[in-house]
Amino acid sequence: MSARGEPIVQVRGLVNRFGEHVVHHGLDLDLYRGEILGVVGGSGTGKSVLLRSIVGLRRPSAGEVRILGENLLDLPPLRRAELERRSGVLFQNGALFSSLTVIENIALPLIEHADLPRADAEHLARVKLALAGLPPEAGDKYPSELSGGMVKRAALARALALDPALLFLDEPTAGLDPIGAAAFDQLLLTLRASLGLTVFMVTHDLDTIYTTCDRVAVLSRKRVLVAGPLQQVAATDDPWVRDYFHGPRGRAAQFAAQTT
Amino acid sequence: MTDGVDDSDNEVAARAAPTGPGRCRLEQGPRGSRLTISGDWTLAYYSALRRAVAAMPRTQLPGELSFEGLGELDTAGATLLANLLGSERLRELPESVPGLTTEYRALLLTVGRALEAKAPPPRPRGNVLIELLGRIGRTVETVGRQVVTLLGFMGLTLSALALALPRPQRWRITALVSHIEQTGLNAVPIVALLTFMVGAVVAFLGATVLNNFGASIYTVDLVAYSFMREFGVLLTAIMLAGRTASAFTAQIGSMKANEELDALRVQGLDPIELLVLPRVLALIIALPMLAFLAVLCGLAGGGAVALLSLDIPLPRFLEILSNVPLQHFLVGLVKAPVFAFLIALIGCLEGFKSGSSAESVGNHTTSSVVQSIFVVILLDALAALFFMEMGW
Repeated sequence: MSARGEPIVQVRGLVNRFGEHVVHHGLDLDLYRGEILGVVGGSGTGKSVLLRSIVGLRRPSAGEVRILGENLLDLPPLRRAELERRSGVLFQNGALFSSLTVIENIALPLIEHADLPRADAEHLARVKLALAGLPPEAGDKYPSELSGGMVKRAALARALALDPALLFLDEPTAGLDPIGAAAFDQLLLTLRASLGLTVFMVTHDLDTIYTTCDRVAVLSRKRVLVAGPLQQVAATDDPWVRDYFHGPRGRAAQFAAQTT
Repeated sequence: MTDGVDDSDNEVAARAAPTGPGRCRLEQGPRGSRLTISGDWTLAYYSALRRAVAAMPRTQLPGELSFEGLGELDTAGATLLANLLGSERLRELPESVPGLTTEYRALLLTVGRALEAKAPPPRPRGNVLIELLGRIGRTVETVGRQVVTLLGFMGLTLSALALALPRPQRWRITALVSHIEQTGLNAVPIVALLTFMVGAVVAFLGATVLNNFGASIYTVDLVAYSFMREFGVLLTAIMLAGRTASAFTAQIGSMKANEELDALRVQGLDPIELLVLPRVLALIIALPMLAFLAVLCGLAGGGAVALLSLDIPLPRFLEILSNVPLQHFLVGLVKAPVFAFLIALIGCLEGFKSGSSAESVGNHTTSSVVQSIFVVILLDALAALFFMEMGW
């Protein structure tokens, strides 16, 4: 473990409770610099809640979340904003601002945080747009005019606008066609290699896990059941993990990953 | 460790520490010109770097490239570098360039490829006058189409009503009662309070003006006639246009945004019958009742002013009221179901017309309030004219 150095995100003893319903109980998780961590788990195991707790959108009922060594919720607003600029979030449904065009959506953080003039910001935004694999014409459209896959890509471009060190993805390939999903995986690998991104990814897509993830964390029974390299996780003796990685889809994805 | 984490860790360690703002220098050497890129090429220095890149001579491209002393590079810096080098030179970028790590080389190439996608040409701007005329034309056309759509929707609703009426098993009593509660009962406090206050204001107004003629006793008639004929119904209708039409639009609009209306249709259910009829009928029942309440509260407001400020005793007040012919009350109240029908129709129709985004639902909610208030006041003015000419 020592070879990995300090974790960039450190979750300790996290408890999340909605009224009587306990989602997480004593959850521990580490995210190390430069890795792509896939978080999997059945429906209702609190994957998205975990993501929301880490990015500071939800105050945990107990426990602590440290990003780059600091607890977001305890920081003064300015310092917190500074830290938040270093992470990008891709929400499940894109969460693009519907009153702005795609280019304006991507340019917004550049104008607000990097103090760029509008023309420069929009020029950079067009580069991000192309990086995310969208055609230039899509830039002047409004989010409601885009298909689901294009919304995902536009949202990724916005998440990458400030070149964050840390990227949070919530089901990035859900709703993409297989070609688009595969392209997304490659895009993620390229960006990770060139930008040194650290990625926290909630996903159901086994192909994405096999192609991109360095480590996988399985959420089950209100905590992280196992976290580690794929082979180690897949070998875990747990009914859910077995069904997940060794079911028909898991085998197909494994086969695909081995043959390519 | 067998996973890729160790490698990426080394990768991070190999990344150069920050070295200050980026620079580019063109030198003439013995073997031709040589371009040296150094420092941090990041978003933080974007404006300065852009100026530096713009200042570089474009005509004489250097034969040799050097990235010695390159610090950090992000997509913003890579964009500028790709612009500086041009897409052709980027494609011919050799495998190893001094000072350029493989990761940064990959980033540069990725950004270079992304830059090759040309931006679409900006939309041409037309003559302002012509655009203004075009806009007026479009608005007029929209208004015309809106009227036709509303009439069509009215027909659809009436035909759904005609189909549902003879079949009591298809009456949606629960939905009807629930909507009567929401639009009628829940609106009682606000309608009562507002009309009471307007009644008092009208009485004060009458007292001020009529006092000059020594006829302040007619204040009671003023309040009675105005509330029975006009204000009772009109104020209630305007309040419900703001309160209920907007609610109908928002409810149906968000169902539409969530594809719930489509789900109803593919299950062979009629959204008009399920969603519109209960709302329309509920408002047709609720609005006359609220209007009656409004008349009472308006009279109470006038009565309070008469009693406390004009020293007209309660029996005298009631005696004057009882001398007001009933027809004025009926002429007022007969408008209530018509207003209710139109307010509910406009509210529902705007909901159906809204798009899939939250913003569109918001726009249509505004539009439904504006339209229903407009229709209510327009109809009221026409009705006032008609009743006066008829001598009712």
